[in-house]
Amino acid sequence: MWTWFHKLASPPHFYRMAGLWAPWFLALSVVGMVTGLYGGLVTAPEDFLQGDAFRIIFVLVPSAYLSLLAYVVMAVASAIGLVWRMKLAHAVAAGAAPIGASFTFLALATGMLWGKPMWGTWWQWSDPRMLTELILLFLYFGFMALRANIADRQRADKAAAVLALVGVVNVVLVHYSVEWWSSLHQGQTVMNSEATMPASMLTPLLLMIASFSLFFGAVLLHRLRGEVLIREANARWVRRLVETTPSMETVK
Amino acid sequence: MMEWLSMGGYALYVWTSFGLTLAALVGNLVFAKRRHDRILAQLRESQSTRQAEPRGTFQEVTS
Repeated sequence: MWTWFHKLASPPHFYRMAGLWAPWFLALSVVGMVTGLYGGLVTAPEDFLQGDAFRIIFVLVPSAYLSLLAYVVMAVASAIGLVWRMKLAHAVAAGAAPIGASFTFLALATGMLWGKPMWGTWWQWSDPRMLTELILLFLYFGFMALRANIADRQRADKAAAVLALVGVVNVVLVHYSVEWWSSLHQGQTVMNSEATMPASMLTPLLLMIASFSLFFGAVLLHRLRGEVLIREANARWVRRLVETTPSMETVK
Repeated sequence: MMEWLSMGGYALYVWTSFGLTLAALVGNLVFAKRRHDRILAQLRESQSTRQAEPRGTFQEVTS
């Protein structure tokens, strides 16, 4: 187990493995999404109260979920990077940030498209879930801006990691915002014992959430390959890789 | 089919949501791969100049 772990943590091995795994993550997530979408858009009946517009949840909920998952991954990796000074951990945090930011944006956008027909408004500043999700987006931007503006990689890693950890508070707020404050946004529907969702809606939704997570894994692996290359730019294995791969061609 | 596409009158909201999602998914993949390839290309460039001047260090050029 430990030898396996050490081997995985070795950059050239990780680089190769990430390249091998990414297509599998992607393939599985695509299969899951297609199945989930069929269930969500075709099989599931329209909602009694919310009509067909409720189908937006099949992309809204998974992207909101991913916006938090990516942040948790980023924060945990940052903590590991700070405590054990693991280079790969900072690479994980750096790779997760842009993915998380894009899905936070998507969650906000689809949330607005949900809000207009459901609540009669695109946006409401006093709604805690919308507000905390927007803050989440700014946290991602801050994290990426810090990285981009500190030339020294180790200092950038450290500063960004501290910001990521401070921002964890907001993740907790996003999650509990619908319980702690009354708002436009509806409460928990999935992990809730009182409000139950019929299986015809719940199954595709859970499938979409799982597929989005797998997709996150696939993109993260691709990003990590780039991050590892930058961090190992002067290592012998990278030089050899650069020499042996043909130029101007996509490298697997 | 037309009835399904109309989404009970919510077509605009529903299909815009799904369209945006598709764009985000594709964009994520494309940008991640492109970044990796670009880094590799930059390394190649800096490596070929380094052969003339061995002390050169790699500087990532963003964007």
